[in-house]
Amino acid sequence: MKKVYYEEIVKRVKDKSIEMNINMDKELKTLLERSIKEEDSSLAKEIMKDILLNQEIAQKEGIPLCQDTGIVVAFVNIGQDLTVYGGNVTDAINEGVSRGYKEGYLRKSIVECPLRRKNTKDNTPAIIYYDIVEGEQLSITLAAKGFGSENMSAVKMLKPSEGIEGVKKFILETIKNAGGNCCPPIVVGVGIGGTFDKAAQISKKALVRDLSDKNKDPYLRELEEELIQEINRLGIGPQGFGGKTTALAVKIETHPTHIAGLPVAVNINCHASRHVKIIL
Amino acid sequence: MNTIRITTPLNEKKISNLKAGDRVLISGDVYTARDAAHIKLREMLKDNVNLPFNIEGAILYYVGPTPTPPGKIIGSAGPTTSTRMDDLTPLLMNLGLLGMIGKGDRSDKVVDLIKKKGAVYFAAIGGAGALISKSIIESQIIVFPELGTEAIRWLKVKDFPVIVAIDSQGVNLYKTGPANYNTKKSHKPSY
Repeated sequence: MKKVYYEEIVKRVKDKSIEMNINMDKELKTLLERSIKEEDSSLAKEIMKDILLNQEIAQKEGIPLCQDTGIVVAFVNIGQDLTVYGGNVTDAINEGVSRGYKEGYLRKSIVECPLRRKNTKDNTPAIIYYDIVEGEQLSITLAAKGFGSENMSAVKMLKPSEGIEGVKKFILETIKNAGGNCCPPIVVGVGIGGTFDKAAQISKKALVRDLSDKNKDPYLRELEEELIQEINRLGIGPQGFGGKTTALAVKIETHPTHIAGLPVAVNINCHASRHVKIIL
Repeated sequence: MNTIRITTPLNEKKISNLKAGDRVLISGDVYTARDAAHIKLREMLKDNVNLPFNIEGAILYYVGPTPTPPGKIIGSAGPTTSTRMDDLTPLLMNLGLLGMIGKGDRSDKVVDLIKKKGAVYFAAIGGAGALISKSIIESQIIVFPELGTEAIRWLKVKDFPVIVAIDSQGVNLYKTGPANYNTKKSHKPSY
């Protein structure tokens, strides 16, 4: 049986918490470079060039890409054949986040009670989702989720009769309503099916997929491709000032649902789209 | 596309030259205030306490920077979403606030007031906090240090890069910009 140690998890989470806030995803850079070439609006081009310049400065100076260093979301797959020594995984992840956000001079944006709003001062707790899987590997996908885009996300319980057209309409309405608030160009995560909560959870999971990752289901892959074109026809553009580049990617996740329902969640991510994977 | 340099404090004449879509480089004094600081400012006004800075002709920047690393002036310092401040903005504009820096569209009420007062709303690029931090040359917390990142700071800025999002005529780039690129009207689907 494989052994994983508490301190090892803490250290990896700490290092990656810092790294994901400073370094832009390479695939994202490629998508931005391509969009600059394809864009007609000179303001839109300039904004995207500044976004690329921003990541150069962040990397050179070792400071975060964005001042909103987010709430940490972790998707954890625990192989059922491994054993964790020295403490539990939840505590290890939170300790890693706490150390990373302190040592990395990252912003502490978490308040303990949403109504009384006292800052926890170390950006914990993280939002953690667990899956028990076969094997003896521990994988942690970490995301730093900013709230400019999180605030513009939405869930709706559609009727089954509304079908795919209803789903598309809701996605487009959500993005139109978000306008420039969510820091476009954006990445769009869509969760369809499950329950009210499951749809939201898988829409977040969609956002941590690799940007180049194509949906394995050809039907959904086609829908992702159609949606990105439809979204970019809205004209919102970088920062909401007009242009052809509103979304850089659309990712859809689905889950079996009830005969009476069609839950849909749209989780929007800003152009920072920060996520990293840790494998132990 | 124009790039215009302006210095603070703002006045009617300086603002009248700025048109929605212009790129502007701001130099001078800027004060930071976001959600919690706005609530504190409202309390001060309610209690007839003087504001901690001269608001006439001032520019407010909606920002909560990352902690300042050793040897640096400030951390990453990009704009936050402005619409959360919309309810409290009229209070400050009625006292002479003329400029705001943030990101995203404003409420109809704020847009009307921008027009009425001859004020201006600038957008900084959301998510470009590292780039923007390079134009901040001094930074000091002036009040509410207990608010941490949300404390009110005085910033001295040099060539701070913004875009005129809503000009003093009420022209709103969040409406006019996308309208030029919305090709959905000519597109057929039922939605």
